[in-house]
Amino acid sequence: MKSIKLAVAGAAIASLLSTPNVIAQAKEQFFPVLVYRTGAYAPNGSQWANGYVDYLKLVNAKGGINGVKISFEECETAYATDRGVECYERLKGKNGGATLFQPLSTGVTFALTEKAPVDKIPLITAGYGRSESQNGAVFTWNFPLLGTYWVGAEVAIQHIAKKEGGVAKLKGRKIALVYHDSPYGKEPIPVLQELARNHGFELQLLPVAHPGVEQKATWLQVRQQKPDYVLLWGWGVMNSTALREAQSTGYPREKMIGIWWAGAEPDVKDVAEGAKGYNALTLQHGAEPNAKVVKDLRELVYAKGQGTGPKEDVGQVLYMRGLISAMLGVEGVRKAQERYGKGKVMSGEQVRWGLENLSLDQKTLDGMGFAGVMRPVQTSCLDHMGSSWVRVHTWSGSKWEFTSDWYQADEKVLRPMVMLASSKYAEEKKLKPRTPEECKK
Amino acid sequence: MGFFLETLIGGLMAGMLYSLVALGFVLIFKASGVFNFAQGAMVLFAALAMARFSTWIPQWLGLESAALANVLAFLAAGAVMFLVAWLVERLVLRHLVNQEGATLLMATLGIAYILEGIGGTLFGSDIYKIDVGMPKEPVMILEHVFDGGLLINKEDFVAASIAALLVALLALFFQKTTTGRALRAVADDHQAAQSIGIPLHRIWFIVWCVAGVVALVAGVIWGSKLGVQFSLSTVALRGLPVVILGGLTSIPGAIIGGLIIGVGEKLSEVYLGPLIGGGIEIWFAYQLALVFLLLRPQGLFGEKIIDRV
Repeated sequence: MKSIKLAVAGAAIASLLSTPNVIAQAKEQFFPVLVYRTGAYAPNGSQWANGYVDYLKLVNAKGGINGVKISFEECETAYATDRGVECYERLKGKNGGATLFQPLSTGVTFALTEKAPVDKIPLITAGYGRSESQNGAVFTWNFPLLGTYWVGAEVAIQHIAKKEGGVAKLKGRKIALVYHDSPYGKEPIPVLQELARNHGFELQLLPVAHPGVEQKATWLQVRQQKPDYVLLWGWGVMNSTALREAQSTGYPREKMIGIWWAGAEPDVKDVAEGAKGYNALTLQHGAEPNAKVVKDLRELVYAKGQGTGPKEDVGQVLYMRGLISAMLGVEGVRKAQERYGKGKVMSGEQVRWGLENLSLDQKTLDGMGFAGVMRPVQTSCLDHMGSSWVRVHTWSGSKWEFTSDWYQADEKVLRPMVMLASSKYAEEKKLKPRTPEECKK
Repeated sequence: MGFFLETLIGGLMAGMLYSLVALGFVLIFKASGVFNFAQGAMVLFAALAMARFSTWIPQWLGLESAALANVLAFLAAGAVMFLVAWLVERLVLRHLVNQEGATLLMATLGIAYILEGIGGTLFGSDIYKIDVGMPKEPVMILEHVFDGGLLINKEDFVAASIAALLVALLALFFQKTTTGRALRAVADDHQAAQSIGIPLHRIWFIVWCVAGVVALVAGVIWGSKLGVQFSLSTVALRGLPVVILGGLTSIPGAIIGGLIIGVGEKLSEVYLGPLIGGGIEIWFAYQLALVFLLLRPQGLFGEKIIDRV
């Protein structure tokens, strides 16, 4: 009898203690933040994470999402897939449930792609992840917003063709892909092989083992094969090492084009003059220290001593990538509130609807402080990417400068590949793709 | 032929740098019988100290000469590594005298994590620059002999020369000085060395200091090549197949092992890689080391241990 009394008293105390907490949580939209501030990729991962978290703070400083404040919690993955999955499991049900996840790792994305539908939590993978997940009919919870690696590969070849004087001039040319030997680095290969067949250029594949600190043999092969262009698909120390090796083997940096994860300050600042002329694709934005949203951040977050990282990093390339990734998630919630109730906390399923109906036109983006930074994004139930605008920027020796006009990926090339790969995935996993009618529900 | 020679020379120069990293393992193993898993973390820690002091010292002292700042930073980083050696001896090794080898091995694993963590806390986790004036542009030689000439990476050449010099000095130190002989005696048998009056604690302090200096030189060279960042601690992985192949107790083994691994991995990546998908140089180095182990389990120059039962 005594033990029953104790148990009842304990339960009562526990409920008293937990009730205010639940109420407090119910007013907050919880954003788990998977980061890597340690490990081999920390210099790049930290900047992205700082931008991501700072934007969430900025939204709160402006009153939240229609009054709903954001709560967030970081979990360190060290860019390891197992730790990423562990973080996901730990945070998915916390604080009333995760709004969405952004793992910033293609390996973690591959692992979470099968978990997200079970837990009904959207995965935003802006500029990374599975390229075929653009097809929302099959990948109902993945959102590779703004662009995929297939977009990057296709635009890189467009850019080379433009420099050469037309697609016809690609015939007989040699293009090497120096890539991180991981799911991330291998993603562009199918598109490049397809384009090599279509345009008649020779594709040379040169994998680099993680983390990429030893590339001498790779660049000796580049020197031997003398490719007309080198595409660099690296991350972290691999990028700066590649540029140093290019310098030490005399390969012209002007002939190198990196993906948008190989085109930020940590990749080039120590190589400095040695990287001058190196080009990289941008996921719309570059370094944007003068953008309105960055000015807002300085005034409303950093001036109050609430900034997450060093002031001088604010507005840099990866910082902006993190910031924009957070903004896309927040706008997904805002859109969901339009349908499910303004000022309410949204569930993962409701946020998915918001992300499938994102409609950020230029006026809206400009009003949010992204003028000159971003172009419109329009998603749908079947298109989870929303846009494929890309520019090229070039390292001047001290800063990144835009050197091309806007490109858009050629859907005639990519769409059939996306449909084929996603159908294959659906077949393997025994999934029934959503129909346009189902999308209307 | 020219390309083959270029690859071979590139491999030899990379191998010399691997020898330098491997030397850190060999030194500590020779003097204490401990396989020091913290060697990579020591390289990172030393490089972080050097990079940060080379920025901080000019600010503190108002120096304008980069060369003087680098010298002072090197000395300060050396002092930090001596402090690390002292702390390791006082707080870890002193309490583990005559313990099982596995216990000491696990202790060094702990030291590695502590150094990586404290390094990040004290010096930050950004990418830092070490600029000691290493030449970055390549040079072409024998252009009249080979079509396109032979490309030599000046930075690698200078780095390999420094590594070779340090290796030679350490070999002399171990073979020709009283302290060197005492270090070897301690490695053979702690208790026997103590019984003839060799001060074990002092010897361990000295050898961790020497390993710290080797880590500092390796850190400066690799940091200058790659930038100072967390990945430097993985450089130690390049030294592992070298010590497997060369033998854990042999300085000449570290040198020859480094050269064989350097050449083996570059030639394999260039000539074998394209046939089997590429990206093979890291595991190929271990594969090569294991093949050698099949033939000589103690490594090329390792001591053959015979236990009488």
